[in-house]
Amino acid sequence: MRECFIEFRNVSFRYGDEQPWVLDDVSFTIYKDEWVAIIGHNGSGKSTIAKLMNGLLFPQKGEIIINGIPVNEQTVWDVRKQVGMVFQNPDNQFVGTTVQDDVAFGMENRGFAREEMVNRIDEVLQAVRMEDYLLTEPHRLSGGQKQRVAIASLLAINPEVLILDEATAMLDPKGRKEIMRTVSEIQEKNEISLITITHDLEEVVQAERVIVMNSGKVWAEATPRDIFKQKDDLRKIGLDVPFVAVLADELKQLDIMIKNEPLNHDELLEELWTLHSKM
Amino acid sequence: MNNAIVIGQYVPGNSLIHRLDPRMKITIIFFFVIVVFFANNIISYSILTIFAILTTLSTRISLRFILKGLTPVWFLIAFTFILHLIVTKEGTVLFDVFGYKVYSGALIQGFAISLRFFLLILITSLLTLTTTPIEITDAVEDLLHPLKKIKFPVHELALMMSISLRFIPTLLQETDKISKAQASRGVDFRTGPIKERLHAIVPLLVPLFVSAFKRAEELAMAMEARGYQGGEGRTRLRQLKIKGLDILVFLFFLAVVAALFWTRNY
Amino acid sequence: MDITFKDVSYIYQANSPFAHKALDHLSFHIPAGSFVAIIGHTGSGKSTLIQHLNGLLTPTEGEVQIGDHQITSDKKPENLKELRSKVGVVFQYPEHQLFDETVRKDIAFGPKNFGVSEEEIERRILEIAPAVGIDESLLERSPFDLSGGQMRRVAIAGVLAVKPNILVLDEPTAGLDPRGQSDIMNMFYELHQRENLTTILVTHSMEDAVKYADHVMIMNKGTKYMEGIPEEVFAQQEALNKVQLDVPEVIQFLNAFNARFGVDIPFRRQSVAELAAEIQHALKGAESIE
Repeated sequence: MRECFIEFRNVSFRYGDEQPWVLDDVSFTIYKDEWVAIIGHNGSGKSTIAKLMNGLLFPQKGEIIINGIPVNEQTVWDVRKQVGMVFQNPDNQFVGTTVQDDVAFGMENRGFAREEMVNRIDEVLQAVRMEDYLLTEPHRLSGGQKQRVAIASLLAINPEVLILDEATAMLDPKGRKEIMRTVSEIQEKNEISLITITHDLEEVVQAERVIVMNSGKVWAEATPRDIFKQKDDLRKIGLDVPFVAVLADELKQLDIMIKNEPLNHDELLEELWTLHSKM
Repeated sequence: MNNAIVIGQYVPGNSLIHRLDPRMKITIIFFFVIVVFFANNIISYSILTIFAILTTLSTRISLRFILKGLTPVWFLIAFTFILHLIVTKEGTVLFDVFGYKVYSGALIQGFAISLRFFLLILITSLLTLTTTPIEITDAVEDLLHPLKKIKFPVHELALMMSISLRFIPTLLQETDKISKAQASRGVDFRTGPIKERLHAIVPLLVPLFVSAFKRAEELAMAMEARGYQGGEGRTRLRQLKIKGLDILVFLFFLAVVAALFWTRNY
Repeated sequence: MDITFKDVSYIYQANSPFAHKALDHLSFHIPAGSFVAIIGHTGSGKSTLIQHLNGLLTPTEGEVQIGDHQITSDKKPENLKELRSKVGVVFQYPEHQLFDETVRKDIAFGPKNFGVSEEEIERRILEIAPAVGIDESLLERSPFDLSGGQMRRVAIAGVLAVKPNILVLDEPTAGLDPRGQSDIMNMFYELHQRENLTTILVTHSMEDAVKYADHVMIMNKGTKYMEGIPEEVFAQQEALNKVQLDVPEVIQFLNAFNARFGVDIPFRRQSVAELAAEIQHALKGAESIE
């Protein structure tokens, strides 16, 4: 049994008394060291979940427990030490006037000694491959580079979980790839949970587990493989299905017996190759 | 694209003046501004002028660039000078210009005041030329630190300054983007009567404000998520340290001040 | 309206230490009625290029010809306003340009500037709003009360209400969810066909390029790297990978499949169902040879 890290217990949230519920009786668990993708169309409540996880918002109903601590006004600063969050807009979270100042920001807030900051800055900038930009100003960086600095600044305070709230949505494909590469490396090297909130299918297939949100409720919760088996239903709630999954379905229609739901090209090719040698 | 403007025209460099602690620079300038008004004869003025010239030269920034930066001020200096020529009626009459008598005292005084004015501007401009805006911010925060005792929000003020500096290029890019988008929708910012041109600013300003507010909101949220709870218990990566050089320069400045007061009585 | 670039270069902050060449002797021709996808990395010169299409920038060198309008370094187009009324530009995140009190007024802003009559504007609003998916009930609302997706649609309606001949789209679907993306792209494609527009789509999505464009231009370092019909351009996976661009996923898969099974299924923009049939055929064919 894996150790539970984040728990949502019957959480409901709305932005005002007159407003509709953005989240409606949502419950789920995220384990230590796990990579979970949260998907859903815009307005399905994904981003609200992220903000609830580090006490930027508080639910009207239900309870959120992070590493054994219930999130409330009193515990919020302890929670934020454990939950690092990268937001969508690379510009609007870059506080420092240079890369090193931005990485230091979180540590300064938590009263790190100067010596330690200097060491940590080098270390985390290397982890995101931005060590050559120590003194660069934000307006000379690409969106992808800014997001990597944002990740570095979170790593500096050793969080238990990293939340990427559509952190790649405003980036070009190159920037997206850089971020995903950085993030998977970090996840491999560190004991850290990862929550990616995204529309990007490549990010989804890399996750261990997917939570699908639809109109404020958990619509499904399963491995990417099992999620993408429900193609028609996913499309109905406005989501995409990977190309290989669609192709595999068409092949099945032609009586080509594909047993496993393929998640990438290699899996499908392998499957076809096995069938072909048996023919 | 990056039409980055350099705030206060900071010129990167590694000169003695560049390396000086920004607090020291601000302190010296503060006292220089006061001391300038104590100069009262050729020798004391000469001491100040030589000090200013030496300082300027040791920045290793091209003189032409510095003087060019002072262009808007030349007019003011000339104006001050002429005003004195007309108004002051001391000493002997030197010559007549269109019926105006120019007195010797006027010439001397006009020259002295203009020089004073010029020295003030020159020395203060050296601060922004050799110090990055963020260094100035740090220095201001440090120098104002005692005011915390009377609940003056020193930390917040400094943070505000540094965030403004950080976002100026971003907002300039944004302005460029929105004005291009509105130009594409037929807005003409460049020609037409003033009234129409003023009107054309609304479609530029509204989106700019909306976006600035949105940015502010998101930034505040990001800062909070990153553990910002105000200045209490906060440490700083950038720390200013008074070095031997700073003390040496300050002693030199004190010597100049002493010399000035000594020569006042000549 | 045809679009022709002849040896166009553009330098930002020319004659300064910050000078930066964004376009470098770029030449191409786009015949009226085409749907062209322009692809390239951030910094490849795409944004600079599209700003030349309606005179927001004038070339440092060379000549731009849009219909009858000629723009050169020393000659601003005589009738800039007329050019801008014919070339509609949907910039990235166009919702950032909204400013008026109501959706209706904001959509009317462009046509009003170009001197379209009140009745005609009203007629156009009633035609375009539903076409972009804006319900009539929203017309009197403030654009700032709408959701991000709706704001995007209002901004697009504002550009379409001018009735341009050339429509320039700079990553029009960035930040939308999958359904929003395909809705908007399908809407543009329908419009392109119905109104016989010339459409220029700047995109990072190879899938959109292959789905909608009849012509693809790849930009790299301020100049044209490749050009042609999508099938031909995307057949050259190696050349594209060299400038760190991918080919559409279906072609990646086909290339891998062909290599593995020693067959040669070409990419002809076939549907996934057709592709499946061809794969089935290839599998059987391989079997019958054995």
